[in-house]
Amino acid sequence: MPHKEPFVFNTEHRLVELCGVTASSLQELVRALKEVPGSSIFYHTHHLYLEHHFEKPVFYNQFALWVNEALQEEALAERLGTIDLLAFTSIRQLREAIVVRIEEHLAQTEQAPRECAPGNEFHFCRSKSFIMPTGIVARDVAEFVSRLPHVTNSSLYFHFFEARLRLERPTNDFSLWLLGRGEEDLAIAVDRLNPYSMTLDELKAAIVELCAQYGRG
Amino acid sequence: MTATLGDYERVVGAEAVEELRMIAARVRGRRCQHVNATPVGGEVAEQLTRLVPLMRELGIETAWDVIKGDEQFFAVTRALNQALLGKPGLLSPAMLDTYRAAMEMNLRDLDFSGDAVFIHDPQPAGLVQRKREIGRRWLWHVHMDLSKPDSAAWEFLRPWVECYDALLFSMPEFGTRAAVPQFIVPPGIDPLSDRNKELDPEEVRRVLESHQLDPARPIIVQISRFDRASDPLGVIAAYRTIRRQHDCQLVLAGDGRIDDPENFNVLSEVEGQAAGDPDIHVILLPAFSDLEVNALVRGSTFVMHKSIREGFGIAVSEAMWKGKAVIGGTAGGIKRQIVNGFTGFVVFSPEGAAHRALQLLKDPELCRRMGENGRLHVRHNFLLTRQLRYYLLLLLALDYPEQDVIFLS
Repeated sequence: MPHKEPFVFNTEHRLVELCGVTASSLQELVRALKEVPGSSIFYHTHHLYLEHHFEKPVFYNQFALWVNEALQEEALAERLGTIDLLAFTSIRQLREAIVVRIEEHLAQTEQAPRECAPGNEFHFCRSKSFIMPTGIVARDVAEFVSRLPHVTNSSLYFHFFEARLRLERPTNDFSLWLLGRGEEDLAIAVDRLNPYSMTLDELKAAIVELCAQYGRG
Repeated sequence: MTATLGDYERVVGAEAVEELRMIAARVRGRRCQHVNATPVGGEVAEQLTRLVPLMRELGIETAWDVIKGDEQFFAVTRALNQALLGKPGLLSPAMLDTYRAAMEMNLRDLDFSGDAVFIHDPQPAGLVQRKREIGRRWLWHVHMDLSKPDSAAWEFLRPWVECYDALLFSMPEFGTRAAVPQFIVPPGIDPLSDRNKELDPEEVRRVLESHQLDPARPIIVQISRFDRASDPLGVIAAYRTIRRQHDCQLVLAGDGRIDDPENFNVLSEVEGQAAGDPDIHVILLPAFSDLEVNALVRGSTFVMHKSIREGFGIAVSEAMWKGKAVIGGTAGGIKRQIVNGFTGFVVFSPEGAAHRALQLLKDPELCRRMGENGRLHVRHNFLLTRQLRYYLLLLLALDYPEQDVIFLS
């Protein structure tokens, strides 16, 4: 993002597309994980952050959820569900990490492979995402801070999750833009937030609070 | 009267309608056409009655056409539907000829006018055979489970299915293995329809009393067909268990126009079981009973939808929208709609249904809270405006078949 350009808040609208691949066991899951498009890996590790939940899910990673609930492989589910998504800068790396954990588990386990009950198969999906401007624009940092409360969760999701891992930008869009505006400390503080450990509402509140802490609120 | 976006905005919120306008601004100028089998009656016709005017209001030129056919053709399509759901041995070569001839006739009569054609359900599916001559993008919205079709029915339709640019299903489990892009478009309920709109409490009371129901005592309602799949006998079994511990009344209400002999048997068994118990109310609804269904659900303490086989089962969302906790089976889309433990309970048996029902009857605060959650859940996920948003995005998606992330100015 060029340095002196205004910040354009984008939002994301999505369609969910079937990959046409299902799995009913760990062996099938790992085989499919190696073949499905990267957008499917991204979808199943991220889209629950966008959904409304009455309580936080046990895992946001749907591979972990399925392994836990459909296969009742709790130890592996925990290993998958605790993968630190911030540690990766590409979906390729994330895919490898998931595959390695499952293959390690399969190599260590002595029990016969479990099949899920009929009807509980894992259906690989991916999203087709349409990115469009919301009409909210910030010409300077003060405007950026004042616009934040009006930003929707879909917009936040795009600038934090899609931008960094799916579009492989070096960090989230907010930090990138703040850096260009000479707000290095605030940019680094926003970059250090872990969006995967909170809801999008909590993430927005945390950014607003950081802006206040750094005298920009 | 045609409902406008402004009417919906008052119910679904300004943000949801603003999103629609934002997407529609990128779709404007495209023309689309919907084709289905009936102008009134049935879920698809109800949806199109609302969606088509809304698409037009959003600036998208939208046509809606209904295919023609004689009684013989529609008998064939009923068999085709059953076969696509998995029932074997229903289709003879003569029946398939009837279907082909009806498609030919409709292809002569219909004017295909849009940039994209949405074909709804199997009845008009074969129209796509002239895609090469007619051009345009073709989408098949299959409002049913196509995952385990009878092989003969599937082989009959497959060459046509593979001509489509995209297939649309209510949930991933309903999809097919055809090599065509497949998108998920869950159905949405219309919050302004007679079936779902707000009702005056006096109107609700009047309907309850017209069926000799006592509004002062708990009422459990199941709205469903009288067939094995909806398991009304299982609901009566649950009711009898409940009654050993708690007072309540049971309503089993469904379409009274029964034409399947097996469903007559089910109804006879239900009426036999209900005989002698004044607190079991079997209600045979005539056509166009949406207001009555609305009132029965609103007058209930909570709702059951204990099907053992089901399509998406959108009646679950209709009940949740009215602030009712729902106890439902695991079949089809029911478990996708009920958030177990938050908007109701998913159960596997009459015993399970009775157990959860007693929990709700003994804890009115839990029942109320689950009802509130249910309404919120439907607002987020199962309103018609969301379905409309998917249709708009699909019109965009057809222009970008290879891209996962599409930037629009």
